[in-house]
Amino acid sequence: MSDKKIKNVFKQGAISSEFIGESIAKHQTKTSIGAHNIFLGQVRADIMDGKTVSAIEYTAYEDMANAKFHDIREATFEKFELTCMHIYHSLGTVKAGEICLFVFVSSPRRKVVFKALEYIVEEIKAQVPVFGKEIFEDDTHQWKVNN
Amino acid sequence: MTITIKYFGLIAEVTKQNEETIDFSGQSATELLEYLFLKYPDLKNKDFQVAQNQELVANDAIITGQELALLPPFAGG
Repeated sequence: MSDKKIKNVFKQGAISSEFIGESIAKHQTKTSIGAHNIFLGQVRADIMDGKTVSAIEYTAYEDMANAKFHDIREATFEKFELTCMHIYHSLGTVKAGEICLFVFVSSPRRKVVFKALEYIVEEIKAQVPVFGKEIFEDDTHQWKVNN
Repeated sequence: MTITIKYFGLIAEVTKQNEETIDFSGQSATELLEYLFLKYPDLKNKDFQVAQNQELVANDAIITGQELALLPPFAGG
């Protein structure tokens, strides 16, 4: 692991389309880039036993999670030739249909960004201690589990 | 030794608190879990992993007194 400063990946609430758009715009000055790839995780209105998920309330073991995000970032830069990489994850309440995870990778050429993005998202799902309380329309809840 | 244990998600619902400090005389994570199962019987049938110093550890890991946490299944993304 390098001695680079550990970034805070978390944002309170949903990740807005304006924020995502601005992130893309910021890369227009980086003209060595020829390909971007973006993953957006969206809260799904799952139906279980006739009840519909209206939102997910995210919590995290924040220090460990940010350290894991950092490790994933370092491992990804070692494996893939990327120009840059950005990860944002929501904390707190995100309603069904809103974005809770934004991963953005860029490279001079296209092939690497497809592989890198999948790697990052799968690592996040498996390694990062984030917890999701699925809240139903009648205010009952259950705890989400990644599979 | 005095140790602080953090609880998250479903586990925090069972323990009804996000963290607590206890006086622990055992050595391994197994002994710590035995203590916690007596205190919170409902923990026994919950799925969780133990982290020490922000890394996942096996149940027979030696407790060093650093930060401990019980982590339910991850749900990021």
